Amino acid sequence: MILKIEEQGQVVLIEIKEERLDAHNSGELKAEMLKLFDEGKNNILIDLKDVRFVDSSGLGSLVSGFKNASARNGNLKLCGLQPQVKSMFELTRLHRVFEIFPGAEEALASF
Amino acid sequence: MAENIEVDIKVPNQTRYLGLIGKIGEDIARTLKRYRGDREELAYHMNLVLTEAMTNAIRHANEDDPAREVHITISIVDRTLSIKVYDQGQGFDVTTLPTPDFRGLNEHGRGVYIIRSIMDTVCYRRHNKGHVLEMTKVLP
Repeated sequence: MILKIEEQGQVVLIEIKEERLDAHNSGELKAEMLKLFDEGKNNILIDLKDVRFVDSSGLGSLVSGFKNASARNGNLKLCGLQPQVKSMFELTRLHRVFEIFPGAEEALASF
Repeated sequence: MAENIEVDIKVPNQTRYLGLIGKIGEDIARTLKRYRGDREELAYHMNLVLTEAMTNAIRHANEDDPAREVHITISIVDRTLSIKVYDQGQGFDVTTLPTPDFRGLNEHGRGVYIIRSIMDTVCYRRHNKGHVLEMTKVLP
């Protein structure tokens, strides 16, 4: 899985450079986030602008990251959702759980 | 003229093939001649249903055994879309799972809810040495 990970002040920005976030690759995202939590990096922004397709496993990995960040007094936010991806969050009511921003700049400023 | 389509494909029991099968579903949605609904939405939904059903077959029914196989058929006959996913396992009846609790933040359990939300009928039954998950939807 191709991820671009960079620190922006207190926030770690993860850009998912994949067309799909699914049962095949979402485990890697989960593992990468756990590594960050172990290093004490608990504020994460995930940019999904390149992601065209998310399934329930992909959503599950984001929920896992959200729960871990919250448990460590941090936060996990999302940005760059394509319309079809956004409708997945609505179908599963997860749009009420995550803070979702149009772009990375606004999202970074919100931490 | 009737527009009947049938696609029959077998892949190894590995998640690396999810994207391939999902893409075939999307391409069918985009190719349909007479579909009157939102074509891009149907493409996403076919990709999603195939991905979720295959993941259940690979991970649960076939227990991640790479030597097994997943068999998928996609057919459209008289405006009815029918997707069948055959596994070679002991059975994992997704149709008996409860609706997820949306207040909880469970990492799992949304796949079957998604399939049920999109398709009109969902049924799981024995077939030869395994099981088949059959899903249908009448297209507009």
